[in-house]
Amino acid sequence: MKNKNKFVVLLALLAALALLASACGSDNGDSDGDAGSGDTESSGDSFRIAIVSPSAKNDVAFSQSIFDAVTRVGENRSIEVDVSDGLFVVEDAAAAIRGYAEDGYDLVIAHGSQYGAPLQEIAPEFPEVAFAWGTALDTFGLDNVSSYSVRSDEGAYVLGALAAEISESKNIGIVGPIEVGDAKLYVDGFAAGAVAQDPSVDVNINYIESFADVQLAQEAATAFVNNGADVLTGTAQMVVGATGVASAEGVPWFGTQSNQTTLGPDIVVASQVYHWEIVLEDIIAGVENGDLGGESHILTLENEGLVLEFNEDYALDPSLQELADELVEGIVSGTITTGIE
Amino acid sequence: MTKEVSAEADSNDARPWIGSWLMGAVVPLAAVLAAFAVGAIFLAAFGANPLEGYAAMVSGGFGGGSEISATLVKAMPLMLVAVGISIAFRAGVINIGGEGQILAGAILSTAVALIIPGTPRVVLLPLLVVAGALGGAIWGAIPGGLKAYAGVNEILSTIMMNIIAAHFLSFLLQGWMIEDGPIKIQQTERLTENSDLPLLPGASRLHLGVLIAVLVAVVGYVILFRTTLGVRLRAVGHNPHASRYAGMPVERSIVQALALSGACAGIAGAMLVFGSESHRLVGEGGASAFTQSAGFNGIVTALFGGLHPLWSIPASFLFGGMLTGGIEMQRTVQVPSALIIALNGVVVVFVVGSFRLKRMLEVRVEQSAKAKGA
Amino acid sequence: MWSEFFTVSSIVVTLAAGIRLATPFLLASLGEVMGQRSGVLNLGVEGVMLLGAFGAYYTTFRTGSVWLGVVAALAVGLVMGLVYALITLVMHAEQGISGIGIFLFGLGFSDLLFQRWVGTPLPISRLPEWHIPGLSQIPVIGEVLFQHTPLVYIAFLLVPLVAWVINYTTFGLNVRAVGETPDAADTLGVSVLRIRFATILIGNALAALAGAALVVPFGTFQQNLTSGRGFIAIALVYFGAWRPRGVLIGSLLFGLVIAVVNQWGSLGIVSGSLSSLTAMAPAVLTIVVLVMVSRRIGAPSALTKPFDRTA
Repeated sequence: MKNKNKFVVLLALLAALALLASACGSDNGDSDGDAGSGDTESSGDSFRIAIVSPSAKNDVAFSQSIFDAVTRVGENRSIEVDVSDGLFVVEDAAAAIRGYAEDGYDLVIAHGSQYGAPLQEIAPEFPEVAFAWGTALDTFGLDNVSSYSVRSDEGAYVLGALAAEISESKNIGIVGPIEVGDAKLYVDGFAAGAVAQDPSVDVNINYIESFADVQLAQEAATAFVNNGADVLTGTAQMVVGATGVASAEGVPWFGTQSNQTTLGPDIVVASQVYHWEIVLEDIIAGVENGDLGGESHILTLENEGLVLEFNEDYALDPSLQELADELVEGIVSGTITTGIE
Repeated sequence: MTKEVSAEADSNDARPWIGSWLMGAVVPLAAVLAAFAVGAIFLAAFGANPLEGYAAMVSGGFGGGSEISATLVKAMPLMLVAVGISIAFRAGVINIGGEGQILAGAILSTAVALIIPGTPRVVLLPLLVVAGALGGAIWGAIPGGLKAYAGVNEILSTIMMNIIAAHFLSFLLQGWMIEDGPIKIQQTERLTENSDLPLLPGASRLHLGVLIAVLVAVVGYVILFRTTLGVRLRAVGHNPHASRYAGMPVERSIVQALALSGACAGIAGAMLVFGSESHRLVGEGGASAFTQSAGFNGIVTALFGGLHPLWSIPASFLFGGMLTGGIEMQRTVQVPSALIIALNGVVVVFVVGSFRLKRMLEVRVEQSAKAKGA
Repeated sequence: MWSEFFTVSSIVVTLAAGIRLATPFLLASLGEVMGQRSGVLNLGVEGVMLLGAFGAYYTTFRTGSVWLGVVAALAVGLVMGLVYALITLVMHAEQGISGIGIFLFGLGFSDLLFQRWVGTPLPISRLPEWHIPGLSQIPVIGEVLFQHTPLVYIAFLLVPLVAWVINYTTFGLNVRAVGETPDAADTLGVSVLRIRFATILIGNALAALAGAALVVPFGTFQQNLTSGRGFIAIALVYFGAWRPRGVLIGSLLFGLVIAVVNQWGSLGIVSGSLSSLTAMAPAVLTIVVLVMVSRRIGAPSALTKPFDRTA
């Protein structure tokens, strides 16, 4: 009947399309597990890196931190970088990771905790490709997977202590996305540091249940200010809403993940910047020597993967600068612990 | 909207000529090409070679065994949602709640897998499909009941149900369902192997879910066109007032339509969990990170398939190919993935916009055929 | 904690926040009301909001003038209106689906341009609050109602304006006629297409303005900053039974509930995973309220039906 006819025609068209595609398809056609077998040309001695991330590479937050780090790596060595960002759908990211692996990249960076599960399936299929997965601690016992994570609570602790000192009303507000992962680590560390420095400080935390809703972040920050907070901090991409409020109200801001001075040149005190390049350099050096991974790397204050970058235009009391240095010293030497696991 | 489309769809089903069907397929394809032409301007503006990009898209979607597998896997949730949408729209109900219904099915089936992991696979898998269908059905029946018995417009209620489901998922994945570990990610633990959807022989990632989707499409067709339930649903869709006068239970039909529609989406949710590479329910980054916006794309797919469950099979395959190919295109020419999303939108607009042209062409072709025959 | 919530100052700031939060919903929803009263459904509001938001942000970024940004947003809305009018009135595209296409396009394109032309979300000039002289000094009410940015006032003033246009002008009469019985209206000489063209333009302009309302108060932008507000605005049209007054109530309800939940969060009343549950509150309440106040005012009869004179 009619439906059958329509069916047949469309299927025929599909078949034709598929045939056409295979005829002029590129070499991605049948490279199951053919990784690194010289399928694609490498341009000279460039180290080929691919980054897959869940949000935009210029989000002044999570994804930007890895992209900036790779850029910094590129200042010291010859690299080629390809990026697939904005892949918050895990299955799509898995497809991209697999695609880069099939194309024989030297290092494929899966910059998203949620990517671990598919990576566990993909990595064994490409034993000659090095993978880096963050933020995570697990390497699945695989030789070609390195994991990287960050003790964001360490720098947060120091910043929290500074916040406690700067705050006159002794009321601090923290705007967070959802209480998981890196965000939770940062928030908990910040609160711990503030309270440790001054137990009388009231630290209020608002998880707005979204990573993108800028207006909600604005309102959270506004509510904090209305309720008496005079120092603010926060984490994740929507934080630009909160920094906007901070700028408007003249409230000091502490940033994390990337240097957030540009978001509020007058009010940003300091940012905890993730220098993933420490980790990347290690991994790349290893790859060039034939070691494709298997280790877990962590950014800490000690290995200077975490650096507190102060805003030069913010007039910070020298005593506070000293306090910061002291606390960093303490954490590095182990005499101070943040208390966060 | 639904009356228009379903009326047209029904009249299409009654038309007798293959030539018009050929036209019917060509016009949308031409629309896709036109959309691609617009996309080429974007690509060029962003420093990419459009030809290289589209070649990558086509080959990434259809260029080989593993690509087609990936496309079929991508098409699976689209197909399922589209079948459900076809049923709902033909019953006169606009279901925009696919996203939430997918989540409801995913959550319920995951809960089952978490609670009784020891169940042998041959028992567990059907149970999971049922759980997915049940979760989705409930999530659809609620707006259905609200519409039928409280006069609440279903566009509103389904949009709200989507929001509620997304937050509920986030809630579960912060507490009860979240995997234990030092770094907390919004995902469950690796679910029991008994719940893994078996891979189809010879294929790297093609799993049973795709077959189940096709089965649901066939069942959906049978229900809609070969059962009294389907006749009733379509009658209510065509003319609820006349149906009521004829004594048909209109309210019940509305609930049933949305429940069936939700069930299809719910099955998609279950398949997405147990067919995924990670074999978990992953909600990190938001609900649409899990659903892949299949709740919306499924609506588009349903329309491309003329609201006919069987036609949703090729429609989802093509749409899935475009989505899969889009990732490959992004990788190859290194444009921001936002461009691919925008391109998807342009394609949808162009194809949808071309339907009238298609109809006009079909009518004209048919008229000329009749003239020749006469 | 609870005691902190129930203080006068806390309630006042919460109410004020509720009004701010209601504004984008209100603007977009009023626009959609116009369109739907004339028989056109636009599901792409979210996409237009995003494009309008970006237009406002980018123009302010380049020119330093916030008001130019607002004008730019309106211009973007008009352009998208032209596009949607073409798709809907000429091509007779299926309105629900084409809307989804517009949504995807707006989502991707705003993000794309932002990444390309701006990069990092640098702060831009903001639209300052304009305290209405005299009225804003009234204790409590002054702070709640009269200390907002101009777009808030515009949104709320549009409510009676739109209601008046729909109910008391010839244009509004035509809009209603075209939305209920387009064939009859056509016979009487009303140009169905022209009326719908106008309402589509208005609707899209308001949607874009709603997007600007998210950017302009604090001068920031982020990908997908609308986070579903466009769809909620559409839902509110049904909540409000296609009346501006009803849409106002819906927007306020939604905005206020979000504000209350937000205040609870900032005061520490809810925390952790419980925040996910309270985040549902606006959606749940909207349904509950609608059920309780169930009206049977129907949709415009010609809603989503393309007008074809030859048919």
